[in-house]
Amino acid sequence: MASHYFDHIDRSGSVSSPPSAIDNILDRGFRGIAWLSAGFILALVVYIVIEIGGKALPAFATYGFSFLTSNTWNVQTGQFGILPEIWGTLYSSLLALILGGGFGVAIAIFLTQDFLQGHLAAAFRTIIELLAAIPSVVYGLWGIYVLIPLLRPVANWLHDEFGFIPFFSTPMSGPGLGPAALVLAIMILPTVASISVDALHQVPYKVKEAAYGMGTTRWEAILKVMLPTAGSGILAALVLGFGRALGETMALAMLIGNSNQISLSLFSPANTLAALLASSFPEAGPVEVRALMYAALVLLAITLIVNAIGLAVMKFATRKFEAER
Amino acid sequence: MNATPKTTVAGAVPAAPAGAVVMNCQIDKVFYGDFLAVRASTVPIEKNKITGFIGPSGCGKSTVLRSLNRMNDLIPIFRFEGKVTYHGQDIYDKKVDPVVVRRYIGMVFQQPNPFAMSIYDNVAFGLRLNGFKGDLDERVEKALKGAACWNEVKDKLKNSGLSLSGGQQQRLCIARAIATEPDVLLMDEPCSALDPIATRRVEELMLELKEKYTIALVTHNMQQATRVADTTAFFGVDISQGSRTGYLVEMGPTRQIFEDPQQQLTGEYVRGEFS
Repeated sequence: MASHYFDHIDRSGSVSSPPSAIDNILDRGFRGIAWLSAGFILALVVYIVIEIGGKALPAFATYGFSFLTSNTWNVQTGQFGILPEIWGTLYSSLLALILGGGFGVAIAIFLTQDFLQGHLAAAFRTIIELLAAIPSVVYGLWGIYVLIPLLRPVANWLHDEFGFIPFFSTPMSGPGLGPAALVLAIMILPTVASISVDALHQVPYKVKEAAYGMGTTRWEAILKVMLPTAGSGILAALVLGFGRALGETMALAMLIGNSNQISLSLFSPANTLAALLASSFPEAGPVEVRALMYAALVLLAITLIVNAIGLAVMKFATRKFEAER
Repeated sequence: MNATPKTTVAGAVPAAPAGAVVMNCQIDKVFYGDFLAVRASTVPIEKNKITGFIGPSGCGKSTVLRSLNRMNDLIPIFRFEGKVTYHGQDIYDKKVDPVVVRRYIGMVFQQPNPFAMSIYDNVAFGLRLNGFKGDLDERVEKALKGAACWNEVKDKLKNSGLSLSGGQQQRLCIARAIATEPDVLLMDEPCSALDPIATRRVEELMLELKEKYTIALVTHNMQQATRVADTTAFFGVDISQGSRTGYLVEMGPTRQIFEDPQQQLTGEYVRGEFS
């Protein structure tokens, strides 16, 4: 709709004119497409939840909430419970978050706080981001053929000497939580590092100047000013990394040991929801498929809850100490 | 436009300071990479006075100010030749840690830059950094009162420093800088982001602060220099070598710089004939 209310003004020689009809149509069209895309994503999420929920419903009716608290998975007797998988999912992801998250944030600090010259930092960052391009199955193979043989002597020495510590309470025979969590940590590292780098880059230069102007050493500036200022962004990086670890499937199916047990030991085999789904689906009969759908729904719920908590924490942190930008 | 100075400038009439000199900045050459930013200039900073730095843009006044607490060291390609004595000690001496220098010589920046933490923590930042063991509350209150913002923030000390208005933020930054009672306060165009009312408040504040502190102030506003500075240093830009190099043209009591300048260039600048 072109505006005509200025037409009475004599503007000979001026090129000022209202946007043309085509401009207006394009503007509206673009808005429409944006709304449509957003709506489509929302609809997709709802559809997935309904679809999986529908298929899980029979299993939910049969097993109820005891599905979440029982720890046998026996196709012959028709007993299904996923407590070990829930435990394994959360435990392995948490370990990965501690290792990969800590390391990722450390790398982000290293890359942004003038430890490296600009082009070197950029090259380093590219290398880290390349880690994200390695297929999951390659990580799995690397874990089986390189990492596990490498870890085994160390793990068994730790078990022999410090077996009284719960984390080392079993010997390591092969696949298990430890190697799985280590590989997960490497897999979430690029996510955490690169989002943290962005967060730290977004801290205005004037804030850095203010810190050094107060007479901080480099570490004081980083720990007391830069990290807290980039806090919500780094938190977002950790939440995303954790989310990725929760859902990671292939490498875990290869490395976790697929064993239904709950143990604090880093060396004992375990299982995760995603690994259970990946390894059981191909040969599952109709009864087991329903149970697996229920497990899938639980995994979906866990990732949604974790992301929601992450968002809430971020919002809290942001509201508290950041100005409206 | 920058006029070429008529008189010789090397070692341009240094001010003859009447009182005690806290800092003496004797610049030989200052470089950013290969670019000669400032050449031979001597700028003494007198105790309990406000020394204003004025001059056209690119004259190096901010560079000189930031050399006084080694803030320029943050820029990797910055290179300083000469010396800056602070109570007789050259702060550019190899054995001097710039971190220590900045703890004694505080700074207020052009843009308000409070930290993303509470108002209280902003002011307490330097106290904690310096391992202050006494009554933190008392010192925070004192600093906020000193920066003339206590009444506005006393009921919301736990709120974010970033929730304040621009003028309040700048006074918070001044409170943060004076909380540790540094000896010298460097102010780099502290009012350029503020409205006239906030500017006036900060200017009044400077006049109060000079009773206790020594202040060096960069300003692009000549009226501000006449209102607050006791001594004024006028810097010019020399474009005769095909580059833009800043240097001290003239320094003296503010009244003399504005009413009876000894250099023709100073006169042209303070009359507003170029900027």
